Amino acid sequence: MTSVLELRQVSKTYRDGADEVHALREVDLSVEAGKMVAVMGPSGSGKSTLLTIAGALETPTAGEVSVAGLAFAGMSREDRSRLRRRAIGYVFQDFNLLPGLTAAENVALPLELDGRSRRKAGAAALDALRQLDLGDRADRFPDQLSGGERQRVAIARAVVGDRRLLLADEPTGALDSTNGEAVMRLLLDSCRRGLAAMVVTHDAQLASWADRVVFIRDGRIVDGTAARPGPDSLLTEQPAR
Amino acid sequence: MKSRLRVADLLPVSTVGLRSRPGRTALSILGVAIGIAAMVAVLGVTRSSQSDVLTQIDRVGTNLLTVANGKTLRGAEAELPSTAGLAVSRTPGVSSSAATATLPVRVYRSDRIPPGRTGGLSVRVADPGLLDTLDATLVHGRFLDRALAAHPVAVLGHYTATVLGIRDVADRPQIYLGDRWFTVAGVLAPVELAPELDAAALIGAPVAAALFGYQGHPTRIFVRAETERTDEVAGLLGRAANPAHPEEVAVSRPSEALTARLAVTGGTTVLLLGLGAVALLVGGIGIANVLVISVLERRGEIGLRRALGATRGHVGAQFLAESLLLGAGGGAVGVLLGALITYAVAASRGWPTLVPAGAAGAGLAAAVLIGGCAGLYPALRAARLSPTEALRTA
Repeated sequence: MTSVLELRQVSKTYRDGADEVHALREVDLSVEAGKMVAVMGPSGSGKSTLLTIAGALETPTAGEVSVAGLAFAGMSREDRSRLRRRAIGYVFQDFNLLPGLTAAENVALPLELDGRSRRKAGAAALDALRQLDLGDRADRFPDQLSGGERQRVAIARAVVGDRRLLLADEPTGALDSTNGEAVMRLLLDSCRRGLAAMVVTHDAQLASWADRVVFIRDGRIVDGTAARPGPDSLLTEQPAR
Repeated sequence: MKSRLRVADLLPVSTVGLRSRPGRTALSILGVAIGIAAMVAVLGVTRSSQSDVLTQIDRVGTNLLTVANGKTLRGAEAELPSTAGLAVSRTPGVSSSAATATLPVRVYRSDRIPPGRTGGLSVRVADPGLLDTLDATLVHGRFLDRALAAHPVAVLGHYTATVLGIRDVADRPQIYLGDRWFTVAGVLAPVELAPELDAAALIGAPVAAALFGYQGHPTRIFVRAETERTDEVAGLLGRAANPAHPEEVAVSRPSEALTARLAVTGGTTVLLLGLGAVALLVGGIGIANVLVISVLERRGEIGLRRALGATRGHVGAQFLAESLLLGAGGGAVGVLLGALITYAVAASRGWPTLVPAGAAGAGLAAAVLIGGCAGLYPALRAARLSPTEALRTA
């Protein structure tokens, strides 16, 4: 199966004065089209760095990253921006919708940034919202939506257009369990339509929705496992130290 | 292929920040608007005032000269010869002239008025040709002619008529002039180039000679020269009026005072424009300040936009567009405000309202330019913000 996201021996080191912080160490990971990978690990383990590097927001100190067959190495800043606009969608824990824009305008934003006309981007955004049963909320502003609706709008923004990779950082962290499951279901549905997804979560139950779960600790992937049927299986599967 | 965020799409995106903080936006716009309004109003008021002066100059012409008695070498009041009026009228290049002389008598509404209450009014002898020479007009009645000049008949200046309460001459009102009753034949409209006539009662030379001992020595002669020979005529008048002592004759050109007013106005305008520019600069710094704060406050939004694929250029353009919009908004409000101030000042002074189109255009352009300059640093700062850093600190 084709890998949409490929990380090979990826390391990321931050400098803090004379100190060096190794956020990622020789990480190998691939996510295929139609599959969801959950990333779990304690705070400061490197989960968010993994996500930002996979999303072309940061460049690795070493190693190779590619999305949809396009290697980041040698890419200009403009090329990486274009890749983010066209191939990568983000879902954040706190939704990150722009308060001054309506739901439809928020969803249309990446398409407009890519040069699509306001009218065409608006039509595509409305389609994306309808697929998530938010067609009647298109002209509402974020503060007029519930938490679950806001996250669904954020998902619509992440999948609108011809996206290949969906990156989610604690997408259910600000939601109750019912809305959280609904959001995970939508993310999984998006995967089934052909997207590759990488979801960072602390919640083992929600991670069980994924096709595969990887554990990260001190910047290293310490274990990768296919999810067992049922969320409880994860709780009995402790990562190796 | 480079991403092209269209201007039509950039504008709504750029106004989001402005719309979501209306109070701050209004104050930023006000800062620039005050500067632009000051500049437009200065130019508008100046132009309106100049237009009024130019209208006056056009109306009275630049070829009017006055010949007056000056000072002797010892500083005493000189006296023009009684032949001065005739000699001046015969000077080459003189189109017309009219002599006037101040009489040492007073004018009152009636003989019941205490002598001390003169109201600042004077009595002057006037040639019948005075009206034509000055291009003056009457609001009531008729002016002195050769027939009336020999009788106790007076024509009042505009201010004199107001002070004496003469509103019409149809019922031949009488005034008490030098212990005699005079009939009022007419009332002059204000005379811009000889305002001293506004506060005078004018009588003929023959009656002045008969009643008050006037000996024909004029104190001021108004001369209308052929326009192209005005300077030449001005040089001849001293000797013509008083051949024995031309240095005791004061020749002046009333329009020069108006021209001097224009020059003074021009100098003041430069100073006030400078002050307006300082106000505009302060407004620009205000915009820069507001946008720098805005960049700090909107780090999360900047990070999100970068995560969604916005380039540094997109983010920079967004903040620059915001700044340009603030400048343009301030400029538009300022031009409008400046025009209103000009209108108010001009209307209160009775000037024609004139807001130079160039000033309005330049004001708007200056505001946009200031907005652009003010937005450069915040835009660069926003563009250089690391997306991950911005998302993390949001």
